[in-house]
Amino acid sequence: MTQFLQYALPGVPLGCVYALMAAGLVLTYRAAGVFNLAFGAQAYISAVSLYIAVANGWPIWVGALLSIGVVSPALGFVLDRVIFRHTRNASPFVTLVPAIGLLVVLPSAVDIIFGAGTRINPPSLFLSARTVYFSVAGLAVNGTELSTTIITVAIVAILWGALKFTKLGLAMRAVVESARLAELQGVRSGVIGAMAWILSSLLAGLAGVLLAPLYATLSSLNFTDLLVAAIAAAAFGAFVSLPFTLIGGVLLGIAGEMIAGYLPPGSVWSAGLPSALPFIVLLVMLVVRPTFRVRREVVDPMQSCEAPPRSLEIPRRARVVFVGSRALGAALAVAFAVSLLTWIPHNWAFTLGQGIVYSIIFLSIVLLTGMSNEISLAQATFAGIGAFTAGQLANHFGFSVLVGALAGTAVAAAVGAVIAIPTARLSGIALALATLGFALVMSDIVFPFSWAGNGGSGITVPRPQIGPISFQSTRTFLVLASVALLVVAVIVALLRSGTVGRELGAIRGSEVGAESIGINTRGMRIMTTALAGGIAGLGGALYGSLEQSVSANDFGYEVSLVFVVVVAIVGVRTISGAIEAGLSFAVLSQVISTLPSRFSSLLAFILGLAALTYVRHPEGVVDFTKRWIAGWAEKLTDRSRGSPGLSGISPGGSVHGGSVAGDRGDLSGDSAGDLSGDRFGPGEGSWTLFGGIAGPKEGGD
Amino acid sequence: MRALYAGGVRKGASVRAGGSIRSRTSVAGSAAEEGTSRAAEPSLLEAQRISKRFGGLSALADVSLSVNAGEIVGLVGPNGAGKTTLFNCMLGVVRPDSGLVYLQGRRIDSMPVWKRSRLGIARTFQRLEVFTGMTPREHFIVAMRVSRRQGGLFKDLMGRGLPTAPEQAAAQEMLDLVGLVEVADVTVEALSLGHARLVELGRALMLDPLVLMLDEPSSGLDGREREMVGAILKRSGAERNVGVLLVEHDLQMVSDVASRLVVLDSGRVIAEGGVAEVLALPAVRKAYLGTP
Repeated sequence: MTQFLQYALPGVPLGCVYALMAAGLVLTYRAAGVFNLAFGAQAYISAVSLYIAVANGWPIWVGALLSIGVVSPALGFVLDRVIFRHTRNASPFVTLVPAIGLLVVLPSAVDIIFGAGTRINPPSLFLSARTVYFSVAGLAVNGTELSTTIITVAIVAILWGALKFTKLGLAMRAVVESARLAELQGVRSGVIGAMAWILSSLLAGLAGVLLAPLYATLSSLNFTDLLVAAIAAAAFGAFVSLPFTLIGGVLLGIAGEMIAGYLPPGSVWSAGLPSALPFIVLLVMLVVRPTFRVRREVVDPMQSCEAPPRSLEIPRRARVVFVGSRALGAALAVAFAVSLLTWIPHNWAFTLGQGIVYSIIFLSIVLLTGMSNEISLAQATFAGIGAFTAGQLANHFGFSVLVGALAGTAVAAAVGAVIAIPTARLSGIALALATLGFALVMSDIVFPFSWAGNGGSGITVPRPQIGPISFQSTRTFLVLASVALLVVAVIVALLRSGTVGRELGAIRGSEVGAESIGINTRGMRIMTTALAGGIAGLGGALYGSLEQSVSANDFGYEVSLVFVVVVAIVGVRTISGAIEAGLSFAVLSQVISTLPSRFSSLLAFILGLAALTYVRHPEGVVDFTKRWIAGWAEKLTDRSRGSPGLSGISPGGSVHGGSVAGDRGDLSGDSAGDLSGDRFGPGEGSWTLFGGIAGPKEGGD
Repeated sequence: MRALYAGGVRKGASVRAGGSIRSRTSVAGSAAEEGTSRAAEPSLLEAQRISKRFGGLSALADVSLSVNAGEIVGLVGPNGAGKTTLFNCMLGVVRPDSGLVYLQGRRIDSMPVWKRSRLGIARTFQRLEVFTGMTPREHFIVAMRVSRRQGGLFKDLMGRGLPTAPEQAAAQEMLDLVGLVEVADVTVEALSLGHARLVELGRALMLDPLVLMLDEPSSGLDGREREMVGAILKRSGAERNVGVLLVEHDLQMVSDVASRLVVLDSGRVIAEGGVAEVLALPAVRKAYLGTP
C-alpha cells in the first residue's frame, strides 16, 4: 500500500499540470471554437517574459504582473485580431493550420529576438519551489507541487462556473456556434471573440509561469510535450467538460507514475511507455467515446449568407496563359534535367533529391487532405515505417533496397489500413488528434526498438543497385527518385480525375449524402488512408536511401506537423502544389543552413508566418499566384469585358466572389428593374437581400 | 418517346447484387411475421412495426407502412410527428429500437445505409446534404457512377476513370429534366435552396432507383418548380414504375401527385387511405390543420 501511494502520489501534481493546460485547451475550444495547438507556445512566451524580467533584476511580482497581466492578454488580442477573427465558424483544418504555425513561430521568434541560449532555473512564483512543506506516506511534497495542485483546482472551478453561469460564458458559446446568429441576437461577436482569446491567453500565461519551474531549464519543447499530454486529458471531457478534464488529467498523471514505478527500469518499454501513455489513452478515448463518432461538425445555420468559398480550381484562363505556362513549364523541366546531370554541384543535387523525396511524401497529404479532407498528423510516421522496413530488410536479409522500398510501401499501407479501421469514424479535429496520438506512440515506443528505427542512433539504408546499374552517386539516384515521383504523381492524378476522386469529393461535400447514393464511406476512408500511407512509405524509403542513414528523430510527430503546414501553405489541393512544396522546402532548408547559427530558427519562423497567411488564402500559394497571373492576363487580353456573372444574374449589389446576388436591392423596389419584375422566386437573391438588410453580411458596393 | 431520364437499360431488381443479402424466407421466423397475412406479391418497400425512442420521447411507435411499385404515397403530419425519423429508420441512418424493413421481400434492416442505396432506394433530405464543392453536373455523374458500380481503383489507375460520353449525356439530360441547365457548372454552395433541392432530386433520380424517398422536396421551390417536381414524380411512377414515398407539407402538391396518404401524428399512424377521404377525416383535420 505504501509503495502504491509512493508511486501514485507524485502523479497528482503532474496530473494537475496536464489538467491546467487541458483546461486552457477546453476553454479556447468552447469559447473561441479553435483547437489551439499553440496553447503551449503561448504559455512559453509568458514564462520567457517572466524569466527575462527577473533576469533583468525586476521584482518577481512585477514580472509576473507583466507576463500574465499584460503580455499574455495582449498576445491573445493580437492573435484574435490578426488571425482567428477570420476563422470563426471555419472548418477544423482551416483553424488547425495557423495554430500549428503559431506553435512553430512563437518559440522561434523568441529565439531570434532574445537568442537561443539555455535559460536555467526558471523563477517560481508562489511557494518556494524546492522547499518541502510536509510529507504524505513518507513522500515529501514541495512548494511547486503544492501550488500547482491548489491553483489548478481553483482555476478549473472558476472557469467551469464562468462558462456555465455567466452571461459572458453564454455569449462566447453562442459565438462559437454561429457568430452571425449571435449578432442577430444583439451579441457583439467581434468583442466576445476577442474576449475569449484574451481570457484563454491569460490562462496560458498563468500556466506558463506556474509550470516553468517544474523543469530545470526553460524550453518550448517542454511546453509542447505537456500540451500533447494535456490533449489526452481534455479527451476525457470530450473537449467540453472541465470537471472531467481535471479528473482525466489527474488519472493520467497517476497512471504515468505508476507505470514508471512498476516497469523494470532500463528497458525500451520503461523509457517510452510512461511518456507515450497519454497518447495511447488519447487514441483509445477517441475511438471508444461515442461523442467523437459524430462526424458532423457544427454547421452555422447562417452559412447561406456567406459568400460561397472561392473554388479551388482556376475557373477559366486565357488560352495564351494556358499554352504559355505549359510551354514554360516544359522548357524549365528540360533545362532542369540537363543541368542536373551536368553542372549542378553535388550538395545542390542532394538538396534537389531531398526535394523530390519530400514531394512524394507530400503527395500523400494531397491525397488525404486535399482530396478527402482528412487531416493526418502522422505522414512522417508512415515515411519512417517505409524507411526502416527498407533499411532493415537490406541490412539483415540482404534484399535489394528497391525491393525493400516496395516492401516498405506495402507495410506502411497495411499499417495505414489497420489504423484507419478504428479511426475511420472520426473526422476533423478528433481524427487529427488520433493520428497525432498514433505518431507519438510510434516514435516513442516502436521506433526506438533496434528491430525498427534503433532510436536516436538510427540505421543505415544503402543506395540501390539494379543489376549492373548502380545508383550510388547522388546524381543517378536523382534520376531514380524523379521516376518514382513521376509514377506517384500520375497515380494521384489518375485517382483524382477518376471514380475514386469523385467519390472522395462527394464524401468531402456531404458524408450523409454520399452514403445515400451508395458510397461506402468507411471503406473509401480505409482505402485512402492505406494508399496515402503507402505513398508516404515509399517516399520515406527513398529518403532513407538518399540520406543513407536515418533515425527515429527524422520521423517524429513534429516533422509531420511541419509537413502538413508546408503543403497547406503551398497548395494542398493540387499535385503541382505538393511538388513545389517539396522542392521549395528542401531548398529553403539548405539556404538557411548556410546562415549563421542565430538564424537556425528562421526556417520555422518563415513557415510559421506563412501558415498565418493560410487563413486568407486556403487555396495555397501556388493557386493564388496562378489566379493572380490569370487575372492579369485576362485584363491584358481584355477577355473579361462583358462576360456575364457566374449564375447569370445581373451585376451590382453585394458581390459573392465573382457571381452576383441581390441586385442593388432597396426596399422601395422602384429603382431596380428585376426586383419589381414579374416574379420574385428563389435563387434570385431574396435571401441575400434579407442578409443585406439584417446586416450580418457586408455589402459589396 | 424520349425516356424519362437517360438510364440506359433498366436494371432488373434481381440483377442488383448487394453483397450477402439474407433472403427474407431464410430469416423469417418471428411469430409476429408468420402471423401477418401477406399477398403473394410483396410490396416494393415495406416497414413493419418500427419503433424508436429518443430518451423519454417516443418518436415512432409501431409504425408500419408500405409502398408499391409505381405508386406515390404521401406521408404527412405536423412537424415533429416523426416523418423524418421514419425515413432515417427505414434507410439505416438511425437504428430503430425494433421493427423490420423489407425491399422487394428482402430484409434490409441490418444493412448499412450505402448497401440499401445500392439495392435501389434513393432519397433526398429535408436539411440539404449536397456535395459542397461540386457542381450539379458532377453530382449527377458521381451518382450514376456509384449506382452502376462501373468504376473503381483499378479502372482509375488504367486511366479509364474520366466521365464517358454516355455519362455526360445522361447528366446533361438530367440537368435538362430538373431545370438546372443554367447553373450546371456552378458549385452547389452558390445555388439557392430551391436549386440545391433540385440537385438532390436529380442525384436521387440518377441512381435509377426502385424507390424514391423524398423529404419535403418542395420547400424552397417556387411555384413553377413545384409543378415541375410534381410532374417528374408522376412520370417516374408511370413510366419507370418507381415507388415514391413523399413527405410534404404542401397539401396541394400531395393531393396532386399522391394516390395514397399516410398520416403520422406523435409517432403513430392515425389514418391511411385515399387522399381525399383521409384529408376529410376529422382526426386528421384536427391533428394536421388544427381545425376539426
